[in-house]
Amino acid sequence: MSTVSDSQPNPPTPSKIRYNLQEFLDGTGGTVLYFIAILLCLIGAWEGAKFIGQETDYQFELGPIKINLSMTRDLNMPHLKDIAEALSKPSQRQGPPLIEILVKKATYTLRLAIIGFAIGTTIGLALAILFAHSRLLERGLMPYVVASQTVPILALAPMVIIWSEKLFGSREIGMPMITAYLAFFPVTIYTLRGLSDVPPTALELMKSYAATRREILWKLRFPNAVPYIFTALKITAPASVVGTIIAELPTGIQDGLGGAIINFAQYYISGPARLWATNFVTAMAGILFFVTVAFTEWLVIRWKRPSNRLDRWIDTFFKYLRHISPISND
Amino acid sequence: MTAVQDTKTIISIKDLNKEYVSSDGKVVRALQNINLDIHEGEFISLIGPSGCGKSTLLRLIADLIQPTNGQLTINGHSANEARKNREYGFVFQSATLYDWRTVLKNVQLPLEVMRYSRKERDQRARDMLKLVDLTDFAEHFPWQLSGGMQQRVSIARALAFEPNLLLMDEPFGALDEMTRERLNNELLEIWGKISSMTVIFVTHNISEAVYLSSRVVVMSPRPGQISQIVDIDLPHPRGPETLDSDRYFHLISEVRHLLREVHD
Repeated sequence: MSTVSDSQPNPPTPSKIRYNLQEFLDGTGGTVLYFIAILLCLIGAWEGAKFIGQETDYQFELGPIKINLSMTRDLNMPHLKDIAEALSKPSQRQGPPLIEILVKKATYTLRLAIIGFAIGTTIGLALAILFAHSRLLERGLMPYVVASQTVPILALAPMVIIWSEKLFGSREIGMPMITAYLAFFPVTIYTLRGLSDVPPTALELMKSYAATRREILWKLRFPNAVPYIFTALKITAPASVVGTIIAELPTGIQDGLGGAIINFAQYYISGPARLWATNFVTAMAGILFFVTVAFTEWLVIRWKRPSNRLDRWIDTFFKYLRHISPISND
Repeated sequence: MTAVQDTKTIISIKDLNKEYVSSDGKVVRALQNINLDIHEGEFISLIGPSGCGKSTLLRLIADLIQPTNGQLTINGHSANEARKNREYGFVFQSATLYDWRTVLKNVQLPLEVMRYSRKERDQRARDMLKLVDLTDFAEHFPWQLSGGMQQRVSIARALAFEPNLLLMDEPFGALDEMTRERLNNELLEIWGKISSMTVIFVTHNISEAVYLSSRVVVMSPRPGQISQIVDIDLPHPRGPETLDSDRYFHLISEVRHLLREVHD
């Protein structure tokens, strides 16, 4: 009675996906087009606001409401082309172009951000594993973990920097600590969720093998938590960059983006384009960090069905990269 | 081929009771006075309406839950010892494969926990995949397989360490009729191949229970009790001709009548 057709239903084999134009447009291509369209809209909105401001002499009346558009003046909102120009020109006489200086500063900040991110992730994971194994510790310590995040980091940073100088004779050591302080929390929360969010039968299966707690942790709970952990890391990666910049401020160290932001903010009246240029580079640093984490996630989680649009996009994008790259590991 | 019943008792259940307290504080009698002896090489089906405690009984045997009182011995010792000695394989209604492991790695899971050598793990897992006819899918991930294929992987996983007892909790309940029929035949084939393997199979499908079993245990609900045990004397090997035989139809209607009785 058994049928041949039933015995071998063709399963989808994503490793054998062929790339052609139609598929490209359906998948990655469409997303890229959206991205470009929205980018153009944003540029249009920026320059459009400036244009309206200029044409209306920076104020107009909309019925009874007076609208003041003075913030669209060049001194507050430079033209995008001026920001681009500021990046390519030296910020000091006979110095290198601003972009070169900013990239150097971004490298400094990113390095510290990565160290803080790594420390924070380690602490976050350790706490989650500890909490997953002891209700008592979780109940005792969790309120403090939550409380730690209600302390404004802006208030905490100067103290940590001073302690760091007293303890280690270096202000720099304190900076990743501040970043780690910011980064560990989402990791703890998400990991704890992933460690405990295990299907009951998956746990019973382990019980039927008389597996030890340790085996259950490493063969079931932890792998189950990995997607949750990456969600946390994708939150903490850009946040680490911001955290490091906040940590830089009280140190007075001029090597990073924090120093550049303070510096250019002081000269905002005479040259707002340079602060905007710094913001742009800072955003790029955060995005770079995020993309690196997303790429690592894609490398690690090869077993998952690409579920949402972003996942699918990242999946196709990196597969496409691999497809066109000469170093293929397949 | 041998229909001779071995007298060696694998599972012995005496006056077993299971009560639990429901969320509103009432004591629910899930199982009452269960008495059952299961012999080596038997294929036992537990059948009954929902709430009759058939899954509870299976979980008691597996030591996934503990009885309120009564006696339950497996291979002469307690259910707890049997679990610690890894004397049974368990198949759940959902395949319960670990998403992050390939098919091959899923089958190797119990072997890893039981500290088999890498070489032996690989060999046994591949043998098992051959047994369930999934050799070509060793490197696939669970989501790439159909429901029926996933369940076959979970059977391979349960058999990988060669337990002499296989506990199955409505393993084919979520599958379509065609796939279920196919897997029934595969299961019978495997049971025939591994001599002296005892199977306890929970189902609510009458024809499935009759087709597979050497004995069908009919259970009644509230409280869960064994109402009757039906000997299935259909000859082995069973196949398409079994499904057409008068005896098969007769046994099905017998079990159906018993179930109708307990339902009222």
